[in-house]
Amino acid sequence: MSKPRLGVFKFSSCDGCQLSILDAEEELLVLLDRVELAEFLEASSSSTGAPYDVALVEGSVSTEEEVEKIVRIRKESKMLVALGACATSGGLQALRNWSKLGLFEQAVYPEPKVARALEKALPVRDFVTVDFELRGCPVSKTQLLQFFAATLRGTKPRFSASAVCFECKRAGNPCLVVAGGTPCLGPVTASGCGALCPSRARGCYGCFGPSDDANLDSYASWLSARGVDLSSIGLLLKGANSQSPEFRRWIEKNG
Amino acid sequence: MARRIVVDTGPMARVEGEGSLSIVEQGAGSPEVKLNIFEPPRFFEALLRGRRAEEVPDIVSRICGICPVAYQISSLNAFERLFGVEIDEQVRRLRRILYYGEWIESHALHIFMLAAPDFMRVPDAIAIAKRDPKLVREALDLKRLGNSLMSAIGGREIHPVSLKIGGIYKAPSKEALASVLPELDRVRSSVQKMFAFVSSLERPSLQREATLVCLCDPARYAIDRGDIGSSEGLRLSPSDFEENFEEYQVEYSNALRSRTRTGGSYMVGPLARFSLNYDQLSPAARALAKEIGLEPPLRDPFQSILVRALEIVHALEETRREVKEYEEPVRPSIPYKVKAGTCYGVSEAPRGMLYHSYAVNGRGYIEKAKIVPPTAQNQARMEDDVRLLTPRILNSDVDEARRLSEMAIRNYDPCISCATHFLRLDIRKA
Repeated sequence: MSKPRLGVFKFSSCDGCQLSILDAEEELLVLLDRVELAEFLEASSSSTGAPYDVALVEGSVSTEEEVEKIVRIRKESKMLVALGACATSGGLQALRNWSKLGLFEQAVYPEPKVARALEKALPVRDFVTVDFELRGCPVSKTQLLQFFAATLRGTKPRFSASAVCFECKRAGNPCLVVAGGTPCLGPVTASGCGALCPSRARGCYGCFGPSDDANLDSYASWLSARGVDLSSIGLLLKGANSQSPEFRRWIEKNG
Repeated sequence: MARRIVVDTGPMARVEGEGSLSIVEQGAGSPEVKLNIFEPPRFFEALLRGRRAEEVPDIVSRICGICPVAYQISSLNAFERLFGVEIDEQVRRLRRILYYGEWIESHALHIFMLAAPDFMRVPDAIAIAKRDPKLVREALDLKRLGNSLMSAIGGREIHPVSLKIGGIYKAPSKEALASVLPELDRVRSSVQKMFAFVSSLERPSLQREATLVCLCDPARYAIDRGDIGSSEGLRLSPSDFEENFEEYQVEYSNALRSRTRTGGSYMVGPLARFSLNYDQLSPAARALAKEIGLEPPLRDPFQSILVRALEIVHALEETRREVKEYEEPVRPSIPYKVKAGTCYGVSEAPRGMLYHSYAVNGRGYIEKAKIVPPTAQNQARMEDDVRLLTPRILNSDVDEARRLSEMAIRNYDPCISCATHFLRLDIRKA
């Protein structure tokens, strides 16, 4: 059987999620042996190009060129995977989606110039069908490897998107919100990080996006009844996953 | 003579982010060299406005997945200076170990996965692994060690979560941190081999003048703090950076560039650090430099890979010492009060000096942010280098011309994701 053809593509992003592939130091050589690297610009100057069995897409779509590119990659790929928070929920650059154009124009520096950027930076699924999403800012290396293991076996990987609270409880942490009044997105954020922040006594800031049954309205009113103002909750949600439907809805409703 | 395109790389491989290089011959004049960065701008400086100072380190780390610690530290330096927080010495030590981890990881990635394939005339590290699997496995071990240090202190290697204004959220116990020591010992032999490998690579050379700029810290080979120094004898406090250096724009690139106020391009990164701070390199790193006859100052950009290898040796030695001297801090974080003002922070990212400045209002919200990443500062130099190499490039066949010109860019280990995200803004309606 021939090896599956893998493409790794960068859109608007920090490079961190594709770096996670290279950061799988222990498994990297084995992995690269099981696939044919059809395109991975950051790692190789050899490219055999389309078609792709699996296309991993890092980054949000934020320019006209990127719109054309994502449509092309979709056509050329059997399976298209959104890799990380930018690709699944916009990334930090998507915060410009709420900026007034005029404010940005005043800030032009040093010479007025039109860079090729669209008004909004958006997740991949707003443009093409996405077959699978790996969440996180950055993605979890464990989930990434589980994804490859399952896909190479021809099965579909499954990840729990239950709240960070479950991982946090299993880690034996006292609850930051209940015990210390620290605003924490744990109850509404998907697990995947291993409760990294609460384990360091800091509130979760939402790297993996909304959990399966995130009830933001209820949680926000619970927090505000305990003295956390709405604007603080808004700032927490205006992170790397602001374009997830759940976070976006809350932000737009509450300003 | 008509215009002739000598090299047009298209999207360049093995750099972080997206850019291309073109060389166009135009009659008798000097050829036109353009480093075109088409990585989309992400407008971080604009979107930082209205955020709280305490959120900034986690936001700016997202500018770059390869050097997030550099962004966190430069921003923390700025705010801690403004708010008058003197952090615990042991916390400072933890931040340095985290930063050394980033240098090790980033340099190992550069040397083996991004740059070595050029020297060996192969497309990628996979091809090197086919020839010499042991070498690549040991290289990956080194890279992994860098990542382990970052995880030990930061929780994860990309976008670590432990640092905050005033200190660290949670300091590891002495025992927990000491658990990295066996791994540090294990890579000792890999490091020797790594250095032997790097110094055996057949390098082109390029002799040229260059103003070298980096941080200088009386306490150590500067990494987490320092004053700005240059090969021309300049010594500045970080707050004077903008008076002496300026950013400008060219029409074919989405990234701003830098020059000195007197108009000259300058160079930041490993060669500058080696040249200005050589005496502070660890003894083992200096011994290896001597072995291959490397002495400051260095201006040949093709020697950068050697200095990155030396800096790995240095970082490993320093880390071993710092881990042994570490005691759990009595005060992992110091409370502070926000204050209005403008603040400045610098540190040495793996690719060179990274400058931040922020205007903060009385409630601790950001009113203005300015970030000057190393790759933006080096951009003009990269083009200069390619221009100087054109006689050689013109005399080569197509493959060699492309190899040489791409190497001239990769010498700087450009992080295009970083360099681009600063253009203030310009949005065209869809």
